[in-house]
Amino acid sequence: MAFVARVTDSHEPREMKMRYLVSVIDDTSDSGTGKEAAAIDAFNERARAGGHWVFAGGLAHPGTATVIDGRGAEPVFTDGPFVETKEFLAGFWVFEAPDLDVALALAADGSRACNRRVEVRPFL
Amino acid sequence: MSAVHETVARVHRTEWARIVAGLARRFGDLDVAEEAAAEAFATALERWPADGVPPGPGAWLTTTATRKAIDRIRRESRRDDKQREARIVYDDDPPEPIGAVDDERLRLIFTCCHPALAMEARVALTLRMVGGLSMPEIARAFLVQETAMGQRITRAKAKIKAARIPYRVPSAEDLPRRVSGVLAVLFLVFNEGYLATGAGTDPVRQDLTAEAVRLARLIRGLRPDDGEVAGLLALMLLTEARRAARVSATGELVSLAEQDRGAWDAGLIAEGHRLLRERLASGVAPGRYQLLAAINAVHTSARDVRDTDWSQIVALYDHLLRLDPSPIVALNRAVAVAELDGPEVALAAVDRLEERLGGYHAFHATRAELLRRLGRSEQARDAYDRAIDLAGNTAETAYLRRRRDQLRG
Repeated sequence: MAFVARVTDSHEPREMKMRYLVSVIDDTSDSGTGKEAAAIDAFNERARAGGHWVFAGGLAHPGTATVIDGRGAEPVFTDGPFVETKEFLAGFWVFEAPDLDVALALAADGSRACNRRVEVRPFL
Repeated sequence: MSAVHETVARVHRTEWARIVAGLARRFGDLDVAEEAAAEAFATALERWPADGVPPGPGAWLTTTATRKAIDRIRRESRRDDKQREARIVYDDDPPEPIGAVDDERLRLIFTCCHPALAMEARVALTLRMVGGLSMPEIARAFLVQETAMGQRITRAKAKIKAARIPYRVPSAEDLPRRVSGVLAVLFLVFNEGYLATGAGTDPVRQDLTAEAVRLARLIRGLRPDDGEVAGLLALMLLTEARRAARVSATGELVSLAEQDRGAWDAGLIAEGHRLLRERLASGVAPGRYQLLAAINAVHTSARDVRDTDWSQIVALYDHLLRLDPSPIVALNRAVAVAELDGPEVALAAVDRLEERLGGYHAFHATRAELLRRLGRSEQARDAYDRAIDLAGNTAETAYLRRRRDQLRG
């Protein structure tokens, strides 16, 4: 995963920055409301202004996923997500933060904005 | 135990947390800090019997532990540069100017009690890092296998490192929440000290109770207007005040009713009562620790056990049950009910808790006492046997044995 951690150029001292993946946990196929989208935009702006922004994205429903196994002679394609669960990844943020307390505060703000539970996980 | 071993044990009690905290601050890594401190004490046990105890044992241990930590980091940094970088993060600035809080151990305790860790992991880490308890002692305190406890601590330390849980006193806006998490941990540390487990340990680990009191005072310095901080401190003081009367000369636990109340520490009682009076004057509804402290204040206000205001104690337990409907609170309430409404009513209440407390020694000890009072000696004897099997505290086991062996018929 080392290449992921160097996607953007940062002029801050390297040792001060950690990267955290904030996953958005969802359990309905309804897309977010307009109000949620506006709150997410405002939150994204705060994250950029705070110098935490790296990357973010929303994901299409897991029903649109394809699993690929390229380990054999020929790649095998299978329709659907690799594991069927009631809860799934609906989107994510990647943030830069000096430590977990800052990441947790960002995640709490993001969870409020998108109106869903989120999970914080550090990059290696 | 040889004189040197005793010295090492004493220095371990007084210096362990300071050494771990200092190393954690310097190297920003709890795992390195713990391991290096443990290695330094092991080296002391090896060398001191032959070389003699150095003039400054604490300084010797700090130097030795620092050397061990640097050795390990050198070894690892050759292997993994990234980890070395991750280790440089720690707060080098003094904490926010909120009182004169510059205690290294505060940082250590806030890191060990971080809300991103599971509650069991916070308690275990605090007991290991701050209290210096061994893995078997901690495992015993929480009725789990030693390997499971070891994994819990290892996993927590790995998370602190990988997720970069900071090593510092939290910011002002996070402080109220973080403090309440620390109180829960301190309460458990105090209890472990007050009723220490382990066949080889003293029945009362004054190092742990004293450490819990000391840390509670530090937290009170941070949050002087927090009622639960004051409540927990009062609870600890009123409990600690009875320490001298609680274990007999023969190393046996003395029940509250049998204690020599003249041996209670009047200074600690006065301080505990004063803290509670201040809370009452604030007019804010009391939380769990304040209610527990109030129950202890009723006990410590009675010069003779017969003067105890049991109806007030039961009323306080009722209030407490509304905040904290745990079976342990219900068990303690039943003990007070026995004084107010008789042992039969109390026994019926206790028996309803069997499913949830069947593995808890105090449940069987309470049943045994109630059965004894009802003259049901045979059942009382069985209950004492169960309690003795489950109790980990040497003084308590001795007390329970005597009570059992006094039974007639």
